[in-house]
Amino acid sequence: MAVVSDRLPGVSRSVQRRSLSVWLDRESVFSWLMMAVPLLFLASLVGYPFVYGMLLSLQDRPVAQPGTFVGLKNFVINFHDPIFWQVAVNTFVYTGVATLLKMVGGLGLALAMNQHFRMKNLVRALLLLPFIVPTVLSTVAWMWMLDPAFSVVNRLLVALGWPKPGPSWLGDPSLAMISIIIINTWRGLPFYGITLLAGLQTVPPELYEAATIDGAGGWQQFRYVTLPLLRPIILIVTLFSVIFTFADFQLVYVLTHGGPQNATNLFATYAFDIAMGAGQLGLGASVALAMLPALAVLIVALTIYMRRS
Amino acid sequence: MVTGHGRLGRVLRLWLPVGFFLVLALFPFYWMAITSIKPNAELYSRNVMPLIVHAPTLKHYVDLLTKTSFLLWTWNTMLIAIVSTAISLVLGTMLAYPLARMRFAGAGLIAMTVAAVYLVPQPLLFIPLADVINRLDLGNTLTSVILTYPTMLIPFCAWLLLGYFKTVPKELEEAARIDGANRVQTVLRIFLPLCMPGFISAGIFAFTLSQNEFLYALIFLTKTTVRTVPVGVIAELIRGDVFYWGQLMAGALLGSIPVAIIYSFFVEHYVAGLTGSIKG
Repeated sequence: MAVVSDRLPGVSRSVQRRSLSVWLDRESVFSWLMMAVPLLFLASLVGYPFVYGMLLSLQDRPVAQPGTFVGLKNFVINFHDPIFWQVAVNTFVYTGVATLLKMVGGLGLALAMNQHFRMKNLVRALLLLPFIVPTVLSTVAWMWMLDPAFSVVNRLLVALGWPKPGPSWLGDPSLAMISIIIINTWRGLPFYGITLLAGLQTVPPELYEAATIDGAGGWQQFRYVTLPLLRPIILIVTLFSVIFTFADFQLVYVLTHGGPQNATNLFATYAFDIAMGAGQLGLGASVALAMLPALAVLIVALTIYMRRS
Repeated sequence: MVTGHGRLGRVLRLWLPVGFFLVLALFPFYWMAITSIKPNAELYSRNVMPLIVHAPTLKHYVDLLTKTSFLLWTWNTMLIAIVSTAISLVLGTMLAYPLARMRFAGAGLIAMTVAAVYLVPQPLLFIPLADVINRLDLGNTLTSVILTYPTMLIPFCAWLLLGYFKTVPKELEEAARIDGANRVQTVLRIFLPLCMPGFISAGIFAFTLSQNEFLYALIFLTKTTVRTVPVGVIAELIRGDVFYWGQLMAGALLGSIPVAIIYSFFVEHYVAGLTGSIKG
């Protein structure tokens, strides 16, 4: 008896240990335990700020002071604020035109690069430079290229016969918008071009051979073979580009601070001005949240599309 | 695809467009480089030909490195990028492995959430986050950005690694399981060593993303000693309306070099990451 009772607890302990390890070995238990840390991290630094931002937008909340609940007052203020509407129009124009330019230019770049030539990898690496170099740093270079007094762009234009002193790239409201669109395109075009190039390289050559046998010319091959096969990747790259252009901040902040006369102010820079410049966190949060409906549609569309493909 | 024969055709359909895109892509860097070695007399003169340097000087670099905190900013930027990339690779793997390999209720929902969080741009979150960082008393500490950068980098790494993990064959893991290895051993000893190319792609990409980050650094880091290169260059080399263009361009060039060097060693991995980041 004594021997058995000595042994029993030991047996049950090892059974317990085994059942714990069996439990831990289950795919669902193992998965949730493994994901717990990253999920908690994202919940506290993305999920919580997201919800908190919505609460802030319903408050009158000067920086470093307690907030008071004001309901939808901030949104009403925005609704009657002409600058807010100007910012909305700016953001849509900026996003639409820059995306179109990147799409057309990127497709051109991909088609030009989809040929055999020496040092192709080196050329591709160089073409990607605008995309990998920190945006703020390359934007400063553009700022100097468009400097009111010593712009190299204007000196070249004048040398080509443009009347002196040349356009005021960042001082004139419409030209400033054109300038930020061009620089955004310059930075984002390689992303389009190189991802579309990767897509082009997956098109089986037999399809072109078959099309040639059927008598299709260059344009017809592009229209009926290349474009349909590239459509999914064009769609995904475009959604990506639209999301991050729509919420662009750094390029405009560095180049124009939203000026002149708010001509280049976007949702992100205007929200920054109100929240960080004027210290109105609640009103600023409401301006930032104005981006949410459009962004939510885009993000949901892209998420579903990426899951499906 | 465009018809055309012989050398002229090749020039027209290959070198003309490729050359155009190359000049467009590289001119700003050329301009950065030559501005940084021009003496001020040349920079601010309208009478000399601007496209070449007549009397090169390193004065702007010397000034940048001795009169500003540029070296400190570079150190901060590197430290932040390396630590937040490391955190993001580890936590990203912890998300991606179960999603790639395990079957459990809710997996689809988690994958959708990760993709959605990856797409949330910072301007949507910076105001509430600024308040959170203030309340945690983390303003003007490197910790503030080391904690917040992974919010963009973890979903990104998880998404990229998820795509990569699915391409790794399961057989080795199954063999290890049959030989009696538990799940943790299987992941650490068998699976992860097979995934180095995926980690390099995700790591390079995350590193360049954190070098590029500006908004959080601008808001959270307002003291010279904790600033990163992009914020330091914008906030301290532009003083009021006075622009020190020589120093600014020297700073822009030096600030781009770490990214460019790492990128040049791992171009193929970077391109794999670029295309992988949109596929999943």
